[in-house]
Amino acid sequence: MPSGGFFVRIVNVAPTRRTPGIHTGRKQLPKEYARLNQAAAPVNEGNIVQAESPQSRRSRIFTALRWAVPNTIPVLTGYLFLGLTYGVLMTTHGFPFWLPIVTALVIYTGSMEFLLVGILSSSFNPLSAFLTAVVVGARHLFYGIAMLGKYRNMGWKKAYLIYTTSDETFSVNYSAHIPQDQHVDRGWFYLWVSFLDQMYWVVGSAAGGLFGSLITVDVRGLDFVMTAMFMVIFLQQWFQDGTSPRRILPDHVCELIGVLGSLAALLVFGPDRFMIPAMVIILAALLAIRRPWERRGKNTEEKR
Amino acid sequence: MTWQQQLITILVVILGTVATRFTPYLVFSETRPIPPVIKYLGKVLAPAVFGLLVVYCLRNVSVTGGSHGVPELVSLLVVTGLYAWKRDMLVPMAGGTLCYMVLIHLM
Repeated sequence: MPSGGFFVRIVNVAPTRRTPGIHTGRKQLPKEYARLNQAAAPVNEGNIVQAESPQSRRSRIFTALRWAVPNTIPVLTGYLFLGLTYGVLMTTHGFPFWLPIVTALVIYTGSMEFLLVGILSSSFNPLSAFLTAVVVGARHLFYGIAMLGKYRNMGWKKAYLIYTTSDETFSVNYSAHIPQDQHVDRGWFYLWVSFLDQMYWVVGSAAGGLFGSLITVDVRGLDFVMTAMFMVIFLQQWFQDGTSPRRILPDHVCELIGVLGSLAALLVFGPDRFMIPAMVIILAALLAIRRPWERRGKNTEEKR
Repeated sequence: MTWQQQLITILVVILGTVATRFTPYLVFSETRPIPPVIKYLGKVLAPAVFGLLVVYCLRNVSVTGGSHGVPELVSLLVVTGLYAWKRDMLVPMAGGTLCYMVLIHLM
């Protein structure tokens, strides 16, 4: 990965306001940077309409990439492994190697794709397939509501960001700390995370479809990396909401509703059908605590 | 299934998935203000959903049979311990996963 210095220097190439040309306040600018600055300077000096130079646009995109990559490393591990499993599963069911690749790219929902193997192997029933996709994907509704604010005003990027909202991409993009002082462009950050995650999944599926039969190393248990990632994101949220052991209930009521509501639904409905009941329980409980929660929010804001 | 039927099946699965992903953004468009109750849910849903996702990953763990969920429990405790200590993402994940892989090989 390139060092930070590289990017910092490129950022400096961006024209500074009102003082175009070489008078940027830095005494020893290399000649080529000075020339770049002159080239990017507006012609009429009174007018401060600045078109973004190609250099600063590129640096904005690359700075976002540099921040996005480390955030996607856990997803890289998990997706390569799970994608591999998916590719192997598809080909061992007699499907051509390209089918896992194409479905990984266009459906891009791990849990649904694993079900798809069985659906494609059984008799034709498009309505049931559609309903399965809606039920399995229902949790995306929650992700959408949580990301409404963050994905606002994303322009052309928005449709792609929504299309690629997987469990992992949502979790990373929602919880990522994007430093504002380092000029990291939020839109590009989200876009890179979404794109990289999708590529990891496609590459994993392709590797599974093409070379799955050659793998002999025992990698059982590697898929736990995904569980561990969600656990860490859950812990991040937990520590962010408060660390006082005396205030566990008021500080962490949302997390507790999530865990306990899901466990209750799991106990009653079993592993294959608990998602929708769990979502209903969580939604109902969160709506029930709205008034006290907002009152408490006001109190803590007043204290600050 | 013929290949045409398989194609239709894949297309309706895409349609169903895309519908769940886009619905919130279509219902609450950028041109209108978001209703207060949805704003509230946007804030409180994520912490709850992270809990749901952890449970979802562990849904097939059997407490009564197999290894009684011990590898999962121990590994999650390792993740929690490492996180509380390091406050970093990668170390707890690597440690927890490694611990899990070793435990299921041993048990």
